[in-house]
Amino acid sequence: MPAHVQPLKVYFGVFLALMAFTALTVSAAFVNLGPANTFVALGIAAAKATLVILYFMHVKGNTKLVPVVILSGLFFLFLLFLFLAADYGTRGWLGVPGR
Amino acid sequence: MASDAHGTPLGADAAEHGHGAGLAHHFDSYEQQKDSATLGMWTFLVTEILFFGGLFAAYGVYRSLYPEAFRASSHTLSIQLGTFNTVVLIASSLTMALAVRGGQTGKGKLAAALLVLTLILGSVFLVVKGFEYHEKFVEHHVPGASFHFEGPDALHAQLFFSLYFLMTGLHALHMVIGIVLVGYVAERAWGGAYTSENHNFLEGTGLYWHFVDLVWIFLFPLLYLIGRH
Repeated sequence: MPAHVQPLKVYFGVFLALMAFTALTVSAAFVNLGPANTFVALGIAAAKATLVILYFMHVKGNTKLVPVVILSGLFFLFLLFLFLAADYGTRGWLGVPGR
Repeated sequence: MASDAHGTPLGADAAEHGHGAGLAHHFDSYEQQKDSATLGMWTFLVTEILFFGGLFAAYGVYRSLYPEAFRASSHTLSIQLGTFNTVVLIASSLTMALAVRGGQTGKGKLAAALLVLTLILGSVFLVVKGFEYHEKFVEHHVPGASFHFEGPDALHAQLFFSLYFLMTGLHALHMVIGIVLVGYVAERAWGGAYTSENHNFLEGTGLYWHFVDLVWIFLFPLLYLIGRH
């Protein structure tokens, strides 16, 4: 058997974890956590995405260049969100209408 | 590894020149060829992440500006259908991952069968999505002249539904492209085109399919699950 072949139980284990996270995110939406609801939902989505990327997309055990490419992309996505938040989040702070 | 300065076309007279079938002449080894294919596919997927990222950013801005409109609009979506589709899509990611494993272990027929299963699950997702879209048209929740919304802040509810159709529509377009790719790869896998040394096209198609699943993993809670309590 060639290198880098994951055992079947890894695939089924990840699938079951993804199903459990889906059940968790749906039930969490019905509990009032205030503003934390959004962060819980995004946190669970990020955990699911990490499982898919590492095990279904074989980033774990692959050439190290792949995580570098992914993280550089995510860094620019972070910049997009950061500067948008810095803009919209501080509007009105000057006390001048429309600024 | 023997020199490949002879410029033999891909796979031709492979054994004679010390170069295995399915190894392009500009690569030294199957390992290098696979790593290059994987890296190229991921570079493309990163551009896709940033492409969808713009829509997620727009969603974040408008949801923070009009939280009530977004909450009320989100509640008109069917949480049952959304959850069902999430399960279907994750199951299709499992069958796709197992198909790629079939390619890795040289089991072309098994890979083809799993790819057909992936294709069927992907189609189920799109059919359910079609029923959801139909319901939006019936309820006049499609942005435009005939838009009508019963809840608060109908004007900005249109923003939610614009983003809903843009994001799920773009996602569905990726699904359609994915289904066509999976069908093509299934046919090739059945014909024995993929070996344990070179199944890079199958692997790349798998990466694309999983990416489409990743987008849905974020779309589902953001569109369907806003403050259901």
